[in-house]
Amino acid sequence: MTMQLMTDIKHATNSNAPIKVDVKNLDVHYGSFRALREIDLSIREKQITAIIGPSGCGKSTLLRSFNRMNDLTFGCRMSGEIRLDAQDILAPGVDVVDIRRRVGMVFQRPNPFPKSIYDNVAYGPRLYGLRRRSDLDAIVERSLKSAALWDEVKDKLGQSGFSLSGGQQQRLCIARALAVEPEVILMDEPASALDPISTLRIEELMHDLAHDYTIIIVTHNMQQAARVSDFTAMMMIDDQRAGRMIEFDQTNIIFTRPKDKRTEDYVTGRFG
Amino acid sequence: MRKTFETEIQALKDELILLGSMVEQQILDSVEALKKRDIDAARRIYETDSKINAKRYAIEEQVMILIATQQPMAHDLRLLASILEVAGELERMGDYAKGIATVNLRMGNEPLLKPLIDIPRMAQKGTDMLHRALTAFINEDVEAARAIPAEDDEVDALYTQVYRELMTFVLHDPSTIDRANYMLWTAHNLERVADRVTNICERTVFIATGEIQEIPSSNIDEKLRK
Repeated sequence: MTMQLMTDIKHATNSNAPIKVDVKNLDVHYGSFRALREIDLSIREKQITAIIGPSGCGKSTLLRSFNRMNDLTFGCRMSGEIRLDAQDILAPGVDVVDIRRRVGMVFQRPNPFPKSIYDNVAYGPRLYGLRRRSDLDAIVERSLKSAALWDEVKDKLGQSGFSLSGGQQQRLCIARALAVEPEVILMDEPASALDPISTLRIEELMHDLAHDYTIIIVTHNMQQAARVSDFTAMMMIDDQRAGRMIEFDQTNIIFTRPKDKRTEDYVTGRFG
Repeated sequence: MRKTFETEIQALKDELILLGSMVEQQILDSVEALKKRDIDAARRIYETDSKINAKRYAIEEQVMILIATQQPMAHDLRLLASILEVAGELERMGDYAKGIATVNLRMGNEPLLKPLIDIPRMAQKGTDMLHRALTAFINEDVEAARAIPAEDDEVDALYTQVYRELMTFVLHDPSTIDRANYMLWTAHNLERVADRVTNICERTVFIATGEIQEIPSSNIDEKLRK
């Protein structure tokens, strides 16, 4: 046949990508309560990994372990290993501020600072000591472009971040996370407060970002996990209410032929 | 919006086109091999058939993945369901080519009853219809899809011609019956290829309109019905 082949996949699942974040035997306690038990998980570089599971199974706790956000919760203890490249980020003496720069985060509700669009994005770089206006201008433009927001805001960078729509605010928060050049981006239900169209925009953006960044997303929305991710981790609580990793595989496999009956029941809507 | 999904659907269409071109070539090759009584070529048809089957299963799997992960609705859902159907039709057409290779192998050292003339024409016409039907499917060209099945009459007419001619051989000398039967079998396989083209055309109409309609493909059918 002479018809032209037009396949042009920009982002593709690569099960041979190097491991960016390696979790081994992770336990997380809040006081005497064990929230996560013996978690093993290998996150591949420049791939999108979704963490799914019923409410209260520890998805967000696991996500917040990746940049030590759990440290901010009183009484939280972590044991085991989380390696970011070669570095164990749970080891004593680790520079937590540096970890949080390398592992950025986007939250459920868009949470721009009560500042201008420009200052929202420039906030992180300034915090790390960048002062020169031309450098900041370049970072702001590049970050907003990467977050697919530049064209919509380039003429009103001085306006408040709150003047934007919900979907735009979320992309502003993504731009803010990108401004400090992270390696990994954590997303905690990044689209749950958005309408369906804004949700699809965020999902497309995630695919674009996966060229340059490793993305880990927690979502209640199984369909979203199926749509956007390359790998899916399925979590559940055990009989002592501790979160455990049930199954981890390529998303295509998890949603067409999962190995664990509990995953099958969850993705088919028969449980959870 | 949904760039990723669009890209994956396009990739699937590309795979379907590839499968279609493999099947087209396979049908032409099987007839050519028979014409030349080329046994090695007939064996190669068998090997290629396994590749055709594998590609059909790969397409099937990819469709299932897209249905499971991308939640296709309306037009997208009809398209994916139809790709599943068409991949199956193509694979079965590949089996007809394999059937012709089987004839070739079974004939052993026996020569052809007569030189092949109408049978290559049937293959030409059938694969030409297939090519255009698949192009119409990919482009969702409903008009073309509705027009192609009528051409099945030409293939049917050639089939009838082959049948009559073979019968004259058999009547004249009943010992030719086996060799006549081999050729009839071949012609029958090619006749079925054209029939299946109609199914592809029906899917094209289905994608566009959401309705499954039988497209009348042959005057003979109509006559028999009356």
